[in-house]
Amino acid sequence: MRARRSKAFWALLAFTLAVCAFLVVPVAMSMLAGVTRNYFVGWRGGLTLDWVIKVWTDYRHTIGLSLQIALACLACTLMLGVPAAYVLARSRSRVARAIEELLVMPVAVPGLATALALIVTFGGWGGLRTSWVFILIGHVLFTLPFMVRSVLAVLASIDLRTLEEGARSLGASFTQRFFGIVLPNCRSGIVAGSLMVVTLSLGEFNMTLLLHTPLTPTLPVGLADAYASLRIEVGSAYTLVFFVILIPLLVALQWAGAGVSPGTARRPRSDTPLQGRGSCAPNVNPPGGG
Amino acid sequence: MDRQDRLTLVALLAPAAIVFIAFFLIPLARLFVIGGTGALGWSAYTAVFTEPRYLSSLVSTVALAAATTVATLAISGVAGVFLVRNRFRGREVLTALLTLPLAFPGVVIGFMVIMLAGRQGLVPELTDALFGERLVFAYSMAGLFVGYLYFSIPRTILTVMAAAEKLDPRIEEAARSLGAGPLRVVRDVIVPALTPALLAAGAICFATAMGAFGTAFTLATKINVLPMVIYTEFTLQANVAMAAALSFVLGAITWAVLAVARTAAGNTVAAAG
Repeated sequence: MRARRSKAFWALLAFTLAVCAFLVVPVAMSMLAGVTRNYFVGWRGGLTLDWVIKVWTDYRHTIGLSLQIALACLACTLMLGVPAAYVLARSRSRVARAIEELLVMPVAVPGLATALALIVTFGGWGGLRTSWVFILIGHVLFTLPFMVRSVLAVLASIDLRTLEEGARSLGASFTQRFFGIVLPNCRSGIVAGSLMVVTLSLGEFNMTLLLHTPLTPTLPVGLADAYASLRIEVGSAYTLVFFVILIPLLVALQWAGAGVSPGTARRPRSDTPLQGRGSCAPNVNPPGGG
Repeated sequence: MDRQDRLTLVALLAPAAIVFIAFFLIPLARLFVIGGTGALGWSAYTAVFTEPRYLSSLVSTVALAAATTVATLAISGVAGVFLVRNRFRGREVLTALLTLPLAFPGVVIGFMVIMLAGRQGLVPELTDALFGERLVFAYSMAGLFVGYLYFSIPRTILTVMAAAEKLDPRIEEAARSLGAGPLRVVRDVIVPALTPALLAAGAICFATAMGAFGTAFTLATKINVLPMVIYTEFTLQANVAMAAALSFVLGAITWAVLAVARTAAGNTVAAAG
């Protein structure tokens, strides 16, 4: 039944496979290197979990701290971001649009600048500077736009006003409407936004490198340290541990992105968080990071 | 909307607004003032254009970002349109693999580049076997370029695919039936239709390549790009004022590029509609 494929098809397929190999091969290599006894000899020299165990004993605290910050960051962005997204969806005023634009600024401004700004302003507050909360503040600033935009994308695609008017005419209070109508309706946006926030917080390095102190090294800071000073097997094993945490989140993100409100499933995937209203991708394009 | 309603909305927005003002706007304003308090005074803000060593890092940063953007758009454009236009077994898996590294942090991407082109990497092994010479380029500008490609391709492919899905294949068929060759169809039909998406994705590539430094930090601290210079000024020279001024200039350039691209993308949409 199938039409014969043209030469161009095979050429383009080969090209796409090459791009895929470029992305996937180093991941596989580093995962393998993390369990190889000696990277110079290769996997024939035998496999071992020694490096993973070494990473676990030496760097366990960085993993714990990163998970702690990511979860705290999620709690903060949920409490700050979901109500904010609701307000931005309800209000059509110019002020609301301006606030929406402003909230994205921490994503557009390089993380280094934000971190320096926080340090020159709050660096003198001894207790805060050395606390993990200082890193948390940076992460909340950076991830909040993703939560807001993700929830806002879903809210903008439903007729919130009519739903709420209906409930109100039946006598529902604001609290009842918010928890009974608004939150259930933007569940998919909240899930996608939450996955994004946790993923980005776990990997954030640009700000964290300046915000952390020797007492508060996070996972990516530990990774950079291991890459710089330890043998390649240890760096690889550490990366392997990070992938074990990160990759399920990324797969869940792909899945959540595909499942966002079936009618508009294609649309939210299409754009970047830096574009206009309603075009916010719940799951794509985290800038920064690199 | 009555008064009560309005008050509720303001109360709901207030926490986010307060955090944002206290921890972002005020600190940034302070950073701006501090940028003018160094040895150079307010001319620190122009030093990036007048001092040769800052200017050279600015030029190489912009060149690197531009090269990354062009290469990423070309690669992701071809692969993205191919994946949308063809159905074959394994297509979903291929798409998933291509977009998996979407949120890898810069440091990890730096390590991926080391895996590929570092001292013990794959490329040196291959070139050694083929040409008898080990080609190691991870710890240089070329390595950084490869790292930013790695970083930008997944997200750009997603954007291109989403935009390409909205294209109407009938327009291409019409062009073909009117005698346009495949290259002509690409140039006159597909590329113009994808322009808004490409502009938006390109702006993100550019902004990321300008401001990110995790990858550079992993590869080598001697790579001469502006984020590394800022980091060095701050940590090694303890020159907070210069670091502040430079990061402000970097932020302003990045923000301006994003704004210009957004306006351009908006205009093409308007022109097309």
